[in-house]
Amino acid sequence: MSDLKSGSNLEKVLKAGHFAFTGECGPPRGANVEHFTEKLSHLKGNVDAVNITDNQTAVARMSSLAASHIAIHEGLEPNFQMVCRDRNRLAMISDILGAHALGIRNMLCLSGDHQTFGNCPEAKNVHDIDSMQLIRMVTQMRDEGVFLDGDDIDLPPKLFVGAASNPFADPFEYRVYRLKNKINAGADFIQTQCIYNMEKFREFMKMVVDMGLHEKCYILAGVTPMKNAGMANYMKKFVPGMEIPDALIKRLKGVEKAAQPEEGIRFALEQVEEFKEMEGVAGVHMMAIEWEHKVPEIAERAGMLPRPSV
Amino acid sequence: MIVADSKPLQEILAMVREYKKILIVGCKGCVTVCNVGGAKEVEVLRASLMIDGKKEGSPPDIDTMVIERQCDNEYVETLRDNIDAYDAVLSMACGVGPQFLSEAYPEQKFFPAVNTSFYGGAVAHGIWEERCAGCGTCIIHYFDGLCPVARCAKSLLHGPCGGSADGICEVSKETVCIWDTIVKKKIAQGRIEDLFVLQEPRDWRTARDGGPRRSIRETLAE
Repeated sequence: MSDLKSGSNLEKVLKAGHFAFTGECGPPRGANVEHFTEKLSHLKGNVDAVNITDNQTAVARMSSLAASHIAIHEGLEPNFQMVCRDRNRLAMISDILGAHALGIRNMLCLSGDHQTFGNCPEAKNVHDIDSMQLIRMVTQMRDEGVFLDGDDIDLPPKLFVGAASNPFADPFEYRVYRLKNKINAGADFIQTQCIYNMEKFREFMKMVVDMGLHEKCYILAGVTPMKNAGMANYMKKFVPGMEIPDALIKRLKGVEKAAQPEEGIRFALEQVEEFKEMEGVAGVHMMAIEWEHKVPEIAERAGMLPRPSV
Repeated sequence: MIVADSKPLQEILAMVREYKKILIVGCKGCVTVCNVGGAKEVEVLRASLMIDGKKEGSPPDIDTMVIERQCDNEYVETLRDNIDAYDAVLSMACGVGPQFLSEAYPEQKFFPAVNTSFYGGAVAHGIWEERCAGCGTCIIHYFDGLCPVARCAKSLLHGPCGGSADGICEVSKETVCIWDTIVKKKIAQGRIEDLFVLQEPRDWRTARDGGPRRSIRETLAE
């Protein structure tokens, strides 16, 4: 991790050894820029970079590329998400080049939720290359300055390349190897799926550290504060790859409904405190889903402010 | 084999209701094995069309026959003597059948009676599952003979996605996560390192993406 790969703020924060704090913001289900910039305004100055999701949950929205550009315009650094579900390699390459041209310097490579979950369930799925191959392709474009066919790129795109890791999907014993493969493919940083089962995450991170993976890549722990017990129940039942311990649901139910959001935030803050001390964790990825206005308070109470200037 | 499913009767009726003299042609190949277009199914479809015709007040005149294979011109040729006697022909073969028929008899009208689904086999009596995507470049030697191209909902080549839970695919509770199966088999055999290989992006030209495909066996083609 010697020279800067993209020079993004996120890269510089991590490289300087600061505990990173990233946020997330979904583009609007329409062309309503104002609604989106209003949500972004709560993140400004409170996070090192903001993930701009790519048709998350397979629901068609404003493109992550356009929305990332809007984020730059609003003074935030985007982490441009790209899924393998909707683009073949031609579209990916052109969007990667376009992203760099628009000033985007971070990119997150994902498989993507299956289209049958979203609002275009009849759509043809693409999956020309998978997330592992996307990581390799974009890092090869950056580091070797070549396209897939070996032709030179006239000004290679310099992007800080991330990938996701879900320690809570099955088979558990393979998850650390999948992470290792993503690092070997070229991932510079990892953002994990939302963590609720801390015991399992500790076990996962122990394997990561034992294998030395944290020294090859920055790992950001994913946190989504629960708004209430209903949200926890819904996620447990309906969101694939989520693991919500009964103890957390019990804890949320244990307080009055009006106090449940605060209880959810408290749990998230306790998590952040533990992540700060956990070996191998380089930061937190705070996904306050449709709760962006709570991010300033969460960042403040988590001791994440002010964000470092690097 | 090729697995197909019957088209809904209403859909077939919408195609052929206007015709009075109809030939239904079954096939003794795959569609007989998967019980959708063989001798028995041809007669069931004939009976269903007759019942509808009677209800409508004008029962059609329907003949049936089952040929060896509709994907083979040698057998398709056996229809030649009588084909002109019909207003329309319903093929109960896979999607290949109606096309061989249509190409051999340009004057006749052909309609499909089944939806051709996938390459697979029966996993239990009456249940068929997909196993092959016919992508033209087999790579299952990397995965112990199991195919993630056909059997992973995202055709992933590097392990299970974040939606794999208890060995089941996030897309359907009826679908096994093939990556879960592959990984567990590799772990059980002590060969997990096999899955650390980074697969090159695939050349999809050998799949349908390169355009309609052709296979030439020169020794036979001569």
